[in-house]
Amino acid sequence: MAIKETYRTCQTTGLRVYKSAEDLIKINAVVAVVFLLVGGIFGIMVALTRWKAVHLLPADWFYLALTAHGINLLVVWIIFFEIAVMYFASAVLLGCRLATPRWAWTGFALMLIGAIITNVAVLQGDSSVMFTSYVPLMAAPSFYVGVILFAVGALIGTFVFFGTLVVAKNENTYEGSVPLVTFGATVAAIIAVFTIASGAIILIPTFLWSIGYVNHIDTLMYRTIWWAFGHSSQQINVAAHISIWYLIAAVTLGAKPLSEKVSRGAFLLYILFLQLASAHHLLVDPGISSEWKIFNTSYAIYLAVLGSMIHGLTVPGSIEAAQRKKGYTNGLFEWLRKAPWGNPAFSGMFISLILFGFLGGISGVVMGVEQINLIIHNTIYVPGHFHATVVAGTTLAFMAVTYLLIPLIFRREIMFPKMAQAQPYVFGLGVTGISLFMMGAGTMGVPRRHWDISQADAVLPYDFPGVANLLMGLNGMSALLAGLGGAMFILVAVGSIFFGKKIVDGAEKPVAEPEDAAVLSKYGSEEHPAVPGTLVLVAVFFITFVLYYYVNWKYLAEVWPLR
Amino acid sequence: MSVTPPKNKLWWNEPIPKSELVWVIIAFVWGLIMFFMMIYWHVYGEQNLSNEAYRITAEEFTVKTEAMVEKYQVREESGYPVVRPPPGEDIYMIARLWQWWPILELEKGQSYRLHLSSLDWMHGFSLQPVNINLQIHPDYEMVITITPTTTGEFGIVCNEYCGIGHHTMLGRMYVVDNGGA
Repeated sequence: MAIKETYRTCQTTGLRVYKSAEDLIKINAVVAVVFLLVGGIFGIMVALTRWKAVHLLPADWFYLALTAHGINLLVVWIIFFEIAVMYFASAVLLGCRLATPRWAWTGFALMLIGAIITNVAVLQGDSSVMFTSYVPLMAAPSFYVGVILFAVGALIGTFVFFGTLVVAKNENTYEGSVPLVTFGATVAAIIAVFTIASGAIILIPTFLWSIGYVNHIDTLMYRTIWWAFGHSSQQINVAAHISIWYLIAAVTLGAKPLSEKVSRGAFLLYILFLQLASAHHLLVDPGISSEWKIFNTSYAIYLAVLGSMIHGLTVPGSIEAAQRKKGYTNGLFEWLRKAPWGNPAFSGMFISLILFGFLGGISGVVMGVEQINLIIHNTIYVPGHFHATVVAGTTLAFMAVTYLLIPLIFRREIMFPKMAQAQPYVFGLGVTGISLFMMGAGTMGVPRRHWDISQADAVLPYDFPGVANLLMGLNGMSALLAGLGGAMFILVAVGSIFFGKKIVDGAEKPVAEPEDAAVLSKYGSEEHPAVPGTLVLVAVFFITFVLYYYVNWKYLAEVWPLR
Repeated sequence: MSVTPPKNKLWWNEPIPKSELVWVIIAFVWGLIMFFMMIYWHVYGEQNLSNEAYRITAEEFTVKTEAMVEKYQVREESGYPVVRPPPGEDIYMIARLWQWWPILELEKGQSYRLHLSSLDWMHGFSLQPVNINLQIHPDYEMVITITPTTTGEFGIVCNEYCGIGHHTMLGRMYVVDNGGA
């Protein structure tokens, strides 16, 4: 059966954009932003409650808001956006139609219905079980139903992505191998299948337990399998946002990978090893051997960390090579100083890269050391770490790429360009504060998921040091700043999409500088990469990493001996 | 570019730039060092979580804990028994909604086998300000050997969310100096 479908040719990139793919990218991205708004508001309420001087919400509302914050941001916002990214990386980058758009719409509908059902369950107040819903805490059955429906929808979206790769191959819409960004998105999709399967394996029995058909769920089994879902879903994000880093570097600067082989090899390490990370959550649980913990927590022998460290060189390296080719060759850092810092797509991407590496990456490896986890597990250091990865890393990268999608896919000009310019800096600064202050409070033992560390109504109260309260206050202020950055993003994105000036064919505003045309026409690996500035950045990163790693061993050595 | 197919279809035959190769090797070796650091610490370090754990029911654990309390209780505080078992003894602490029970009084420099389990939901044992954090499950009894090295009053915070009273779940532990034994 021949499938006829209309497409347009993008004036900027020359890519063929099919209507089915365009519509689905739009709707998934828009719904994602709506949930970003919902989850963000809950997040600000959470941070303001933990700020002792404000202590905004009563206890029951606090745990409700924390559950809603986690579900809406860690799952709903990110996965909706990732579906949009996957459709973009397949149908648009390969210039082909989307496979089975009807199934894609079905998946979208299931995700939306699931997200709404779970949100209603949480807002009704009897499902304040946190994002993790650890048994034997029981939520309303509809809470699990919503999550399961959402996961099924996401799985359908993932298979539409795989189907689109097949369509492109069969219809010969590209030659040779898929682009690196599509390759990275494929890695994300493969991890997504593993992730969603793990989620189904644990959440379906939990749902049956909540309606009385299963009488017992083992807590250790729950945590082991749930985290194969919960942690791996964050590894989808890593693969997705690193693909976006490459994408933005390519579109804004014409950057190409220093070496296709190395960058793709690094992505491949993710497929092979990232899934072992469930262990990060089980390092101080009973009944699991140290051998299992060491092997899994280190992704075999830190092979997935190796993948990320490689991208940490190749992403800025590709930017440096592209800039040097344009003539920014003075000194070590002219390429960086003269980078398009006023373009929010670029600045957002670069801030995401730096914060993810220095804050999220290093802290993640350190807290994942079997023994060091003893002084970190379930303290607020943990959310400090993952706000650096998921908010500064993933969310900021998604915001940055939105500034490209608005002209390319929505075909609107960016509204409030000055606000858009400032947005990544405001948001980045706010998240840096959130992350650092929570990590600092965590080293003083402040617990995560806790309504009141002053423990006013406890029989045996314990006083945390005053500095811990100060840090939690600073965290609240940083959350307000990040919230401002988030609001700016939503205003610019929603404003541009619905009210922005329409871009008509032939009059598209080029996203790449005109002189990039020469670079754009060449592709493949970089011929003669010399990236001294990047090597200096990487050396600074490595020294920071090693120092922070051993400082934490020192902290551990001061703790009471235990065996 | 990263958004177009590689121009060289045989991209896997291209040589790897030297700077990248060096970084890959450094990162790989660092991974090995970090991996063996955990094993090294099991041999030479003093802070390692034991692998000793048993399946147990809430009733069995309650019986064991109450037996200890009955045998070694020295006084009462805010309705909690304060228990001072002799050094080297097996000691027990119950986690339940929303208590750490009982209060333990230990001697500095002495080792104790501490048994921990939950009678209901999951809880988080967070000894402050020492900052030792353990996940406490129902139906699992975790056994660790601890040696307090500092004296004073210590708080036990619950750092696993366990319902609406979670923030009131606090326990206490005393460490006294018995002549530097």
